[in-house]
Amino acid sequence: MTTLPTSTQKKLGLVIDLDTCVGCHACVISCKGWNTENYGAPLSDQDAYGANPSGTFLNRVHSYEVQPAEGAAQLIHFPKSCLHCEDAPCVTVCPTGASYKRVEDGIVLVNESDCIGCGLCAWACPYGAREMDAEEKVMKKCTLCVDRIYNENLPEEDREPACVRTCPAGARHFGDFADPDSNVSRLTAERGGVDLMPEQGTKPVNKYLPPRPKDAMPEIDVLAPYLEPVVAEPKGFISWLDKALEKL
Amino acid sequence: MAASQPTLDLSPKVSDEIRKTTCYMCACRCGINVHMKKGDDGEMRVAYIEGNRDHPVNKGVLCAKGSAGIMQHNAPSRLRSPLKRVGPRGSGEFEEISWDEAYQIAADWLDPIRRENPEKLAFFTGRDQSQSFTSLWAQAFGTPNYAAHGGFCSVNMAAAGIYTMGGAFWEFGQPDWDHTKLFMLFGVAEDHDSNPIKMGIGKIKARGARVIGVNPIRTGYNAVADDWVGITPGTDGLFILSMIHCLMKAGKMDLNYLAQYTDAPVLVNGDENSPEYGLYLRDEDGKQLVIDRVTGKLTPFDKPGVKPDLAASHRAKGFTHRPVFHKMAEMYLSEEYAPEAVADRCGIPARRIRAIAAELARVAFDEAFELDHAWTDFRGEKHDKMIGRPVSFHAMRGISAHANGFQTCRALHTLQIILGTVEVPGGFRFKPPYPKPATAHPKPHVGMTPGAPLNGPHLGFVHGPDDLALKEDGTPARIDKAFTWENPMSSHGLMHMVISNAHAGDPYKIDTLFMYMANMSWNSSMNTGGVMEMLTDTDENGDYVIPHIIYSDAYSSEMVAYSDLILPDTTYLERHDCISLLDRPICEADAAADAIRWPVVEPDRNVKGFQSALCDLGAKLGLPGFVNDDGSQKYADYADYITNHQRRPGIGPLAGWRMGENGLQHGRGDVNEGQLQSYINNGGFFVEHIPDGANYYKPWNRAYQDWAVGMGLYDSPQPYLFSLYVEPMRKFQLAAEGHGDRQPPDHLRDRIKHTMSPLPIWYETDQQGNEGYTVNALTQRPMAMYHSWGSQNAWLRQLHGRNPLYLPTKLMREHDLSDGNWARVSSPHGEITVPVMEMAALNHNTVWTWNAIGKRKGAWALDKDAPEATQGFLLNHLIHELMPPKGDGMRWANSDPITGQAAWFDLKVKIEKATAPAESQPAMPPLKTPVPQGPKDLAWKVGK
Repeated sequence: MTTLPTSTQKKLGLVIDLDTCVGCHACVISCKGWNTENYGAPLSDQDAYGANPSGTFLNRVHSYEVQPAEGAAQLIHFPKSCLHCEDAPCVTVCPTGASYKRVEDGIVLVNESDCIGCGLCAWACPYGAREMDAEEKVMKKCTLCVDRIYNENLPEEDREPACVRTCPAGARHFGDFADPDSNVSRLTAERGGVDLMPEQGTKPVNKYLPPRPKDAMPEIDVLAPYLEPVVAEPKGFISWLDKALEKL
Repeated sequence: MAASQPTLDLSPKVSDEIRKTTCYMCACRCGINVHMKKGDDGEMRVAYIEGNRDHPVNKGVLCAKGSAGIMQHNAPSRLRSPLKRVGPRGSGEFEEISWDEAYQIAADWLDPIRRENPEKLAFFTGRDQSQSFTSLWAQAFGTPNYAAHGGFCSVNMAAAGIYTMGGAFWEFGQPDWDHTKLFMLFGVAEDHDSNPIKMGIGKIKARGARVIGVNPIRTGYNAVADDWVGITPGTDGLFILSMIHCLMKAGKMDLNYLAQYTDAPVLVNGDENSPEYGLYLRDEDGKQLVIDRVTGKLTPFDKPGVKPDLAASHRAKGFTHRPVFHKMAEMYLSEEYAPEAVADRCGIPARRIRAIAAELARVAFDEAFELDHAWTDFRGEKHDKMIGRPVSFHAMRGISAHANGFQTCRALHTLQIILGTVEVPGGFRFKPPYPKPATAHPKPHVGMTPGAPLNGPHLGFVHGPDDLALKEDGTPARIDKAFTWENPMSSHGLMHMVISNAHAGDPYKIDTLFMYMANMSWNSSMNTGGVMEMLTDTDENGDYVIPHIIYSDAYSSEMVAYSDLILPDTTYLERHDCISLLDRPICEADAAADAIRWPVVEPDRNVKGFQSALCDLGAKLGLPGFVNDDGSQKYADYADYITNHQRRPGIGPLAGWRMGENGLQHGRGDVNEGQLQSYINNGGFFVEHIPDGANYYKPWNRAYQDWAVGMGLYDSPQPYLFSLYVEPMRKFQLAAEGHGDRQPPDHLRDRIKHTMSPLPIWYETDQQGNEGYTVNALTQRPMAMYHSWGSQNAWLRQLHGRNPLYLPTKLMREHDLSDGNWARVSSPHGEITVPVMEMAALNHNTVWTWNAIGKRKGAWALDKDAPEATQGFLLNHLIHELMPPKGDGMRWANSDPITGQAAWFDLKVKIEKATAPAESQPAMPPLKTPVPQGPKDLAWKVGK
């Protein structure tokens, strides 16, 4: 068992806007690229050009169809990575202390040199957010780009996770949830951001903004005046036009 | 265990160097920062790719394809050397040869053709962002047979836009993302363009603006649309015309805009007996005539002070000449276009059509706003502000790849124009060098002289029968039959007809087919199996019917095996390119921009950028423009051409950092030997902003026109009116009615009279002889794959390695299918057996799959058991380049009768449950491949 800090100075995490995510996987691949080259072991791929390709990804996008009681079915794109929970069961389950939650900012990390690859943390995580690297046999997970966000070798504007920097639709936001005035706190408040599976009691830091109601355009009652015919008979159209032009 | 935090290095070195170039994982052309790291061996390698924040296209973001570029660059499928075929065509048996030998083989084929009959070379490019260069090469060679891939892609969109308003979507223009409040998207799968659409949707959604998606399939952009219209494929034009009906009937039009900036007030000849019946009335200078509301007199449209009248007619010599707007009212007020009349065919309830039309009207007129930019129009009238109408549209292949696509795209532009929302704040905005009307583009040229260059550019815009590309005997001058009576306005050529026409010797036989990055023996052809047969077919002497095939590709694609000589291209990180204002530009609505690629790494194989190879081959053949006066090679490579070529004095491929009298300047200027370095120093691109007051109303705005002339986009101001009525189409109708010397063949007269309506119409595209085939079948490209030529990409194939056929719930039930079952899908042309999956968010009579996931065994350095080869499939087997026989003795092309655009999305199929075969059918035998199979596992870090 590994102990969680009783509190962290910051609560860094992501807001993911499900209303805007178009499901393009830009975040997935940007993450793969950055984390192959940076923190810890590279993210490997097995049978890369073969029959059953599989590899380590710290962030994946799933797509779900939703069939409302009335109206057309919808497709929701759902990016998922570690939610950096306050009560992270993946940390407390770790037998070696390799999994830990940083006191400074709440980021949950794996210290790869202490990881024995037992996989208990992946079992404990209710979100399936950890992946064992098949080549290196260590547990990999989202680091919230801890090697970017404070990196003095990067321009200040680039000190954010790779997935946030690359997201073309601007559906991913990074910030400190401990600060009620931060961009992520405000977005969560304004848009009714939610926890993923709150019943698990993990207190995830990351928040999801729900999709706005779809297919809700008012049909003709409200809008009908906009299409009120200008004349009863098509023949009258040109004389209507003449009068309308007079007013210009 | 107590928490013990290790000490982390929070500021690791990111890379040793950042090299900024332009992405080519799709046609979007974003700026990228390529992070280079020195490996243990001291060699600099590509370590990581991210978006360039300063770049006008992507402003720092990058899609999945772009970030996965590193895997494309490292792909095991990269070709390594020039290759000569040694086995039979299609066997994939090759021998590596030197570049000298490759050029000699090519010259031995091409030199006699050029001297004797240049039309025997057909040169077509799939990846076509160096068209201004490749077309110059083809012109210098002298063949009329050159085009890029637009004919099988989206020529309807491009041509309809240019003929109607001087530009279309994507590269031609974009919504005013900063001001639009209602964005309506038609027929865009997940692409075209890639990042800018996502950025734009994100931007307007952050403001809470409404997005309406019109698409039979609700994925990607349509999945995030606030309102989804799951339209029946091929009926978009009818839906749009119905909305036009509603808006006109309610007077919800921008009458001032129509009167000032469009041909709506231009008078049309009403003399039924005149050879000019239906053409614009013009003065002696050829200027369109309107009635001036002030004087009541016939007046040229551009006379200072004129108030063009939309309502008044002109009566002369017993005939009434009415304005275009009268004709529109007559046509579109008809109950034929009432929502109730079209609802069933479109699959959209009438009340929903009305609701959307009403919402367009509400936002365009009730939410109109003003920008405080003073401007002066082309008539000299001063305006102290700009009126904004915050409704914008975007559309792509989904509406254009139908046999009624040209008219459908025209209808959409008509809708934008009557709302007064083109080139105004909040609406659709052109990107330089557009707006540029059809009249400012070249006409097609086919004037051929053996041993000499062609008499002008191959492709262009016809303005009537006189401009058709016909020989003296009336037969087609081009192998693809572009610009003929069968498809008069085929501005991009018909790449999808080249192989079948060459094989049939119709209109004539050719000797050498020369292609660049066009996977014609696989996903880039209709009738894929048939194309393979045509490429390998022999005549009675045992010779190939298409005698020689030269092909350039960077990767071991399916087409390689069907070629005789392979010129191996580089990856996009190993080459020079220019994304030129002379070609397909990357400008923004507020700026002109161009960009380069440069070798951020040198190739480690015996390969060469295709354009550099053309410089060598052009010199070897002695092509004018490719040799100096003493016969020596003019351009050492493509970089040399980019720097030193001048299209007109002072105008070269790149607009930035040209040499002026007082140092470097932009737009016009002399050659600057250091130009490419200037681009590299600036991050790989050049951008010049349009001044405030010049950046809207561009076709009519004096300040914009003057700025464009200064930049070298035009040589003189070219204000023009939008063409709601496309007069060249009327000229083709007149010919079909019997006027003029150039007459269509009789069997085409009725079709020309009908389809060439100068005002947009809709007609049914349902393929004749298709009884029993009632289900629409479509393809889309996934966002993470489109145009990336790459499910061999080790990362991307993990996202999209499989392509089931998606069926709507209703069809799944009807055929007793569940996920993982297999179905036999047939068309009058062919049959495939493929795995199926249910999708509810789908038009209830439409099936679809991801395009170009399916690969042939042996290609792309993939294992023969790769799911792309065993479960993947192409719908192409079901689509023929010709329609099923109609019983009239003729075979009609599966193309738009106006432009020749391949009608991919008119496909109708029949579905039957099938027992699961071992793999998708038809299963083609494996290809031999000139590259070894990729490595099993991947795990590396470039840096230490």
